[in-house]
Amino acid sequence: MSTENRDPHDREVDDVTGTETTGHEWDGIKELNTPMPRWWLWTFYATIAFSLVYTILYPAWPLVNTATTGLLNWSSRGDLSVAMAAQTEANADRFNAIETKSIEEIANDDQLRPFAIAGGRAAFKVNCVQCHGAGAEGGAGYPNLNDDVWLWGGTLEAIQTTLNHGIRYEQDDDTRISEMPAYGDGILENDEIRDVAWYVRKLSGQEFDAEAAERGEVTYVDNCAACHADNGEGMDDLGAPALNDALWLYGGSHEEIVSQVRQPKHGVMPGWLDRLGDTTVKQLTVYVHSLGGGE
Amino acid sequence: MRNQVEAILVGVGAVLALVLAGLAADEGMRVHAWVLFGVLAIATWFLLRRVDFSKAKAIPLKADVATTEPFYNDTVVRYGVIATSMWGIVGFLVGIVIALQLAFPDLNIEPWFNFGRMRPLHTSAVIFAFGGSALITTSFYIVQRTTRASLFGGSLAWFVFWGYQLFIVLAATGYLLGITQSKEYAEPEWYVDLWLTIVWVAYLVVFVGTLVKRKEPHIYVANWFFLSFIVTVAMLHVVNGLTMPVSLLGAKSYSAFSGVQDALTQWWYGHNAVGFFLTAGFLGMMYYFIPKQANRPVYSYRLSIIHFWSLIFLYIWAGPHHLHFTALPDWAQTLGMVFSIMLWMPSWGGMINGLMTLAGAWDKLRTDPILRMLAMSVAFYGMSTFEGPMLSIKSVNGLSHYTDWTIGHVHSGALGWNGMITFGALYYLTPKLWGRSRLYSLRLVNWHFWLATLGIVIYAAVMWVSGIMQGLMWREVGPDGFLAYSFVETVQAMHPYYVARAFAGVLFLAGGLIMAFNLYQTIRGRLRDEAPMGQSVVEGAATPAE
Repeated sequence: MSTENRDPHDREVDDVTGTETTGHEWDGIKELNTPMPRWWLWTFYATIAFSLVYTILYPAWPLVNTATTGLLNWSSRGDLSVAMAAQTEANADRFNAIETKSIEEIANDDQLRPFAIAGGRAAFKVNCVQCHGAGAEGGAGYPNLNDDVWLWGGTLEAIQTTLNHGIRYEQDDDTRISEMPAYGDGILENDEIRDVAWYVRKLSGQEFDAEAAERGEVTYVDNCAACHADNGEGMDDLGAPALNDALWLYGGSHEEIVSQVRQPKHGVMPGWLDRLGDTTVKQLTVYVHSLGGGE
Repeated sequence: MRNQVEAILVGVGAVLALVLAGLAADEGMRVHAWVLFGVLAIATWFLLRRVDFSKAKAIPLKADVATTEPFYNDTVVRYGVIATSMWGIVGFLVGIVIALQLAFPDLNIEPWFNFGRMRPLHTSAVIFAFGGSALITTSFYIVQRTTRASLFGGSLAWFVFWGYQLFIVLAATGYLLGITQSKEYAEPEWYVDLWLTIVWVAYLVVFVGTLVKRKEPHIYVANWFFLSFIVTVAMLHVVNGLTMPVSLLGAKSYSAFSGVQDALTQWWYGHNAVGFFLTAGFLGMMYYFIPKQANRPVYSYRLSIIHFWSLIFLYIWAGPHHLHFTALPDWAQTLGMVFSIMLWMPSWGGMINGLMTLAGAWDKLRTDPILRMLAMSVAFYGMSTFEGPMLSIKSVNGLSHYTDWTIGHVHSGALGWNGMITFGALYYLTPKLWGRSRLYSLRLVNWHFWLATLGIVIYAAVMWVSGIMQGLMWREVGPDGFLAYSFVETVQAMHPYYVARAFAGVLFLAGGLIMAFNLYQTIRGRLRDEAPMGQSVVEGAATPAE
């Protein structure tokens, strides 16, 4: 930078750019008097022009009690209701069919079945995944819905009933209820409970204490077989789980079985009829039934 | 007679904190009062050790002697440089922790270190502790140089510095204790807000007082930006913080606003915290350090005037774009969007003035990693101030809102613009403030530059992919109009990106640690024996032609 160069206004000119400075200086910092870049200015004007036009077309300017609605008469809620109405219209026939037809008719209808499964899957992803998992694989205390083992039955009708009214769901009088007694509360002695648990291990094909299981069999026949059946295959109508397979809701180790006999845990599922309505529950039913284990 | 009044005031404060701990109406206030007591008791002890009843005499610090303008109050600036570096490291570290918590939820340690409490700790640590300390520090340095006046108000600058640090400690400990008013970037409860208000008014007094007694005829552009930042943040903080405490001895309060009015007030505050804290204030830094480091005049005075006034006028209206497609009326959403679009060029005015100031000094980018850092910060500033208006457009926002895209956008601004320019400023200030001929090592600055740049680029790119994927998955519907994905499936899909994001954070923190080491060595007066930048470090290799 040179102080030799002076422009007609007698201001210092920057050597590198040939631009005059403003003549101010702070701590050695000077300022060039460069005009605003044209492209910058015109783009700025363009954004202002765009904004003005936009505010004429769309709701924008606040008035005393209301605001301008815009020439296009657009509103976000209106936009949403139009889109919703169009979708509802497009699906109306099929929803009507689901509403009027029985669950078996829906599942056997080649047109309706894929539609019901798609809708059921969406409803499942919003309402059911929290307990049953995104893949309906279940988890500790929550049944897997992909297999053919059912607590309350795997037919379309049984699944629909479970979905409608829930399990041990107090708000619904028609809910599915079963309550295994707490055998630790004075019904069985500790030794008997431990023995019967060894017998249940035997029923399920796991390693067991032969002597204890032999004693446990007597206890089992007297106390358990009424619901879980003689060979441990369970009873869907009572929600009594099968004990002769490898699937366990609350664990299949000896300790876990003892604990479940002594103080049983009882799962709860809400009834969905009131919340989701009949058509959605029907779709959910067809979807769950289609997962692989439907009977 | 040094430190007598200070020791008495802080000591009385410590006693009052103890009383408050006894009278507190709830557990939060009780623990917080103990924290306050601990801080003030330690401060009293330090001050008492330094009380001097002999006649006042200046004890020259080695650094004071070395500073070229001894009448400037630079000791507080030196403290600020150290505080800024330290808070930067803390903020980056907490950022990595919460990034890992998102990727691996088992890392949530209940209740004090869960994501819900750690996230405001991260945002406040980087914005208010790191960014705020950087702003106070650099503004104190710059306003003195560009007015040729020492800071107004004597010890008031010290009150501002320590008062602000106390605010940070109270805010941070409050978050971990679960004390929050649940307003984003304004989480501290009413009593911490009141304390910040007092500190902030003192800051305004020091800054304006210094401007008033300036020995320069004109006020430099950097100071316009600093002043607009201080004034506007005061207004935003006070209005958004209007609350009614449940008890004057309790931590909990209720906001004066509710529902959509509360949301709009909150985002008027939140957006302008970005606009005036992270944009205007940091532009003040840019307008000083770039011309100084490049040793070139500012590109355009006219542009600086127009972009300053258009920026501060337009920014204040843009907040509603945070509430697109909510209960906020459509007309307010429209205005938020168009003001954001009009903000594009005023924001870019700062970028043009920053980058074009390098005209005639472009070659220095090769040999001066500090200048390169400053230039890169302006480049990131330009990118995020383009992305911002774009994201405010409703149809874009419909996809981007609530997704990681927003997080990526914020971090390209925060890491790239605010972080890089602060690093550049710290590298510029440290040798000058401690009277060193140069930094300990420019090559370490180069390492920091590349680690930070790589970290930001990975961060932003990963969040673009993750955010757009997230937005597309949320809105994906099948041919019959049914949703295709559950929320948890979108979370599962983001896992690899969350891990990559944490890795990017590690790179950025590594750069920050290198900086801390470099500054520490510089302060200790060490100079690394190294080949100058632009020359090969391999002995005997050919030096590039000049």
